Parts: sequence; C-alpha cells; structure tokens
Amino acid sequence: MTNATGGDARGHDPDHDHDHPHHHDHDHAHPHAPIEDHDGFTEFHLLEQAIRELVIEAGVLSAADVQRQIALQESRTPAAGSRIVARAWTDPQFRQALLADARAALATIGVEIGPAPELRVLANGDGVHHVVVCTLCSCYPRMLLGVPPAWYKSREYRARAVREPRAVLREFGVELPEDTDVRVVDSTADLRYLIIPVRPPGTEGLDADALAGWVGRDAMIGTALAHDPSA
Amino acid sequence: MSAHAAGTRVRVLAHEVVGHCRTPVYLKGCEGVVVSLAGTYRDPERLAYLEPGLPPRRLYRVRFRQADVWAGYAGPELDSLEADVYEHWLEPIGGAAKEA
Repeated sequence: MTNATGGDARGHDPDHDHDHPHHHDHDHAHPHAPIEDHDGFTEFHLLEQAIRELVIEAGVLSAADVQRQIALQESRTPAAGSRIVARAWTDPQFRQALLADARAALATIGVEIGPAPELRVLANGDGVHHVVVCTLCSCYPRMLLGVPPAWYKSREYRARAVREPRAVLREFGVELPEDTDVRVVDSTADLRYLIIPVRPPGTEGLDADALAGWVGRDAMIGTALAHDPSA
Repeated sequence: MSAHAAGTRVRVLAHEVVGHCRTPVYLKGCEGVVVSLAGTYRDPERLAYLEPGLPPRRLYRVRFRQADVWAGYAGPELDSLEADVYEHWLEPIGGAAKEA
C-alpha cells in the first residue's frame, strides 16, 4: 500500500498521519486538497495508530523500534524461499529433512526461523497440488517469503481459494488434471506453510543456483508452477 | 484427554462463539481425518484476551474432503482441504480416540 504522501508501505508517513497536538506551519494557501490519501482509511488504521502511540508512550517500544521492524519485514524477499526449494530439488536428503522438520533442516543450512511461528513444508507432486490460504487473516511464511502480496490478503482470495480452488488457480493460469488432488491448506492457527513446487522437466542439468530462478513466490504459495525465468 | 492418532476420524464442533476463534466457520460440523499432531501451543483464543492460554492445547492438522465441506463442490471427488484445528474444537467419531 502506498499513499500520496510518500509514506511507508503501511500507508503512513510517521510525521503526518495523525492529528498532532501542535500545528504545522504552512506558509501557503491550500487551493488543493490535503496531500493525503484517505481512501481506504479505516477504523483499523485508527486502531493501529492508537495502539502504536500508546505502546510508544508506555515505553514498551520506541518509534525507532517500530520503524526497524517495518524495515526488517520489508527487507525480506521470496529469494530465501527460492534458494531453499532449489536446495530441496537437488539434495534429496535435505528435502526429506525439510519435510519432516523444517526448523531443524533449515538450521543445518544456516537459516534460523527464530521466534517466527512454526514452519511446515509440503511438497507438490505425486498427484497432489497444495495451495495455501489463510481464511481467518493473512498468515504467511514471512521469514522466507517477505511481505505477502495484496491479493493473498484480499477477502476474495481468502473466500474463494477454499471454496473453488480450481477456478482460482485457473485465473492464475494453473490448470490441473482431474486426477490431481487439489489440496487447499488453510493456515488457521500456529503453523506457516511453504510449498515445494514440482521441479520442471528438462532442468536436470541445472545446479541449485540456476534452479532458484525457476521458483517464484507464487509457486511457493501454490498458485503458480515453477517455470523457466527466461520464458 | 489422550492425543488423537493419525487417521482418527473427527468432527469439528459446531459451537457458536463470540470473539476470537481460530476455527473457521465453514468447517464447523464437518467430518475429517487427523493427519498429524502439529504440536502444542498456548491457546490463541485466550491469548487474544491477554490471558495465559494455559494449559497448552494440542493442535492437529486435519484433512477434509472438499465434497464434505461444500455442498455442490465443483471439483473432483478427490480434492481435499487441510486446516489446523485445536483439540478443544474436535471430537472423535465412533468412540474413544486411539492412543497416539
């Protein structure tokens, strides 16, 4: 989410997104509307602001802590997940360990899940295609994929992915045969899910570095297949 | 209560609750099969109200047939759905749960 003030991705410029007890100095008239985009400004934004200000005022967190956490969240990209999938494609032992205990397997390659929620890795293939949704909110393996895309959090995706997954997948350009079990994974509680897509045929000669390029974000959610990045 | 073993048939309870609930409404009353025990966690439905959420609750991955979840599901019979459901939302079908 962006806004006209050039604030951060959560839609607020920390200096100008709420009523201050003081007055800003403006030395020009206002022929234009205020340079703030209040479209979509909901009571949840107000709630978030109120809680954030209280938490800062109470000394639980500083404003800098909040900004650092936002920066950390936004610095994560799906590249971490892509490397893990490519490793799983090329190292059967790692793949097996990853499916059995993701936290422990990732620790062996220097990826620490840390205090993040428990991660479960599921493999597509052998007649099963997993697709992940969080109908209750927007649970997502942020530690490996970064901030979820807007559509993942949309009411439409969350409502339709569970009820008519094949229609949703078709809109994403994924058509699956009738003898594939399309298995929706609703991330309702304390687990986060990462999908290992099927390794495309013809990639046998590629090493893990090259293969990582074939693994897009959506393939790890299950709404896409792995594909040739040059295609 | 002992843990449900993988393969145990369970029904999601159809309680009406007000407030924070981690069991999606569309699964209430549905029958499925335990895939695995996914650990024990402090109860998020109590943590949401700043309570300790203790004792910890067992969390299960439960698999459902889509045809059992949605009347008139448009896809093939074998399509399925998995969700993470806390033990206090599950009752075993057909007698006591098997020991894990």
